[in-house]
Amino acid sequence: MGDPRQAGPIDQGESVRGAYFDAATATPLHPAAREALLGALDDGWADPGKLYTQARRARQLLDAARATFAQVLGVRPDEVTFTGSGTTAVHAAVLGGLAGRRRAGAALVRSAIEHSAVLHAGEQHLRSGGTETAVPVDPLGRVDGDAWARAVSAPGVALASLISASHEVGTVQPVATAAAACRDSGVPLYVDAAQSLGRMPVPGGWSLLTGSARKWGGPPGVGVLVVRKGTRWVSPYPADDRESGRWPGAPDLPAILAAAASLHAVHETAAVDGERLSALVDRVRAAVAATVPDVEIVGDPVDRLPHIVTFSCLYVDGEALLTALDRRGFAVSSGSACTSSTLQPSHVLAAMGVLTHGNIRLSLHRDSTAEQVDRFLAELPGIVAALRAEVGM
Amino acid sequence: MTPDVLNCLGQRCPLPVIALAKHLPTVPVGTIIRVLADDPAAAVDIPAWCRMRAQQYIGATTVDGSPAYDVRRLT
Repeated sequence: MGDPRQAGPIDQGESVRGAYFDAATATPLHPAAREALLGALDDGWADPGKLYTQARRARQLLDAARATFAQVLGVRPDEVTFTGSGTTAVHAAVLGGLAGRRRAGAALVRSAIEHSAVLHAGEQHLRSGGTETAVPVDPLGRVDGDAWARAVSAPGVALASLISASHEVGTVQPVATAAAACRDSGVPLYVDAAQSLGRMPVPGGWSLLTGSARKWGGPPGVGVLVVRKGTRWVSPYPADDRESGRWPGAPDLPAILAAAASLHAVHETAAVDGERLSALVDRVRAAVAATVPDVEIVGDPVDRLPHIVTFSCLYVDGEALLTALDRRGFAVSSGSACTSSTLQPSHVLAAMGVLTHGNIRLSLHRDSTAEQVDRFLAELPGIVAALRAEVGM
Repeated sequence: MTPDVLNCLGQRCPLPVIALAKHLPTVPVGTIIRVLADDPAAAVDIPAWCRMRAQQYIGATTVDGSPAYDVRRLT
């Protein structure tokens, strides 16, 4: 097997004509994360569970990272668990939350627009005999508060799951209202905060919360699971003495330290960065609507994440649009069926009832510039027109 | 009134919607077009197209085991 490094460095497209606009999938490594990671490769390799000098040093570093997360999230350090990825944190929250409430019932309530990781955990729950209710959203992608309250007040609900803000269309969810309904019914609330952490505050009232470091500029392979004190949660995995029995196996300490350093850094600058990116999103929303005919810009225009903008172009093949943009150096994501391995359209767009083909999501980050956005906006109308001309539209 | 049938079975998105958009101007206003389409995106995209192009989406049905969508030309 060859040296994987021979594949060469990834061109992030920052110096060439295009730009990387897929931060909602993975954000380029924050300088604070890079610095912490490089330092920890020398300093944080030992096992924090052992009883010698190197291990004590590793334990100190792990404790410091946990304290940083606790401070940013407004929770106690012993409520913070590090996992092997954002996805596995979601699985642990959903399946562990259901297992801990087995005596209360076997029903999972979730919004119709949860991340696929929640849907996959729900499928496993169904296979093991549980039930699931998907609560609908309005055309802007906001969960229906009345339907939510009805669903969580039904008998036998073990857990309710709500994304803090849509990862596909950016719409912020009514977490505080949903949490109040859960409290009234005595149902614990799990919040998937992957797109919000480090960018905007998440209201309280939840019992379980997860995040993913690569979404805020930390390294891939670090997830965080927060289990509030008093929450009934049972690990869905064989437990060992790591992470208070909540997550098995030796933690990736260098990556966790990098995740903590970058979370602290982005939390400090979140208001300023958010304002700048939100203005760029406003510019995209206005310009695309004005320059591309037959386009549907989706999601709430105001009550939304600062960095995500999504739109669908009538008569355009999503994969062809993604490929044409990639050829010009623009990295974007799509919810269109032709871009998914299952050939199913995005369940989020389908739940909203918006056009699923010709769909593009731009998600910006701290290195995204107005010049990059303007270049995208200058190129897009011609690309869409050319793709439509190919099919005689 | 027998609906005007547009067979898009086996076509991937966005082809059924493109076929509908091209076919609509060829029928009189008030005509119901029945689009046969087994692509899963059609269930969302045909109603969305009707909303965006100000045509009437009547609803989904099944013809010989395949999904079908009825659209009335309004303009």
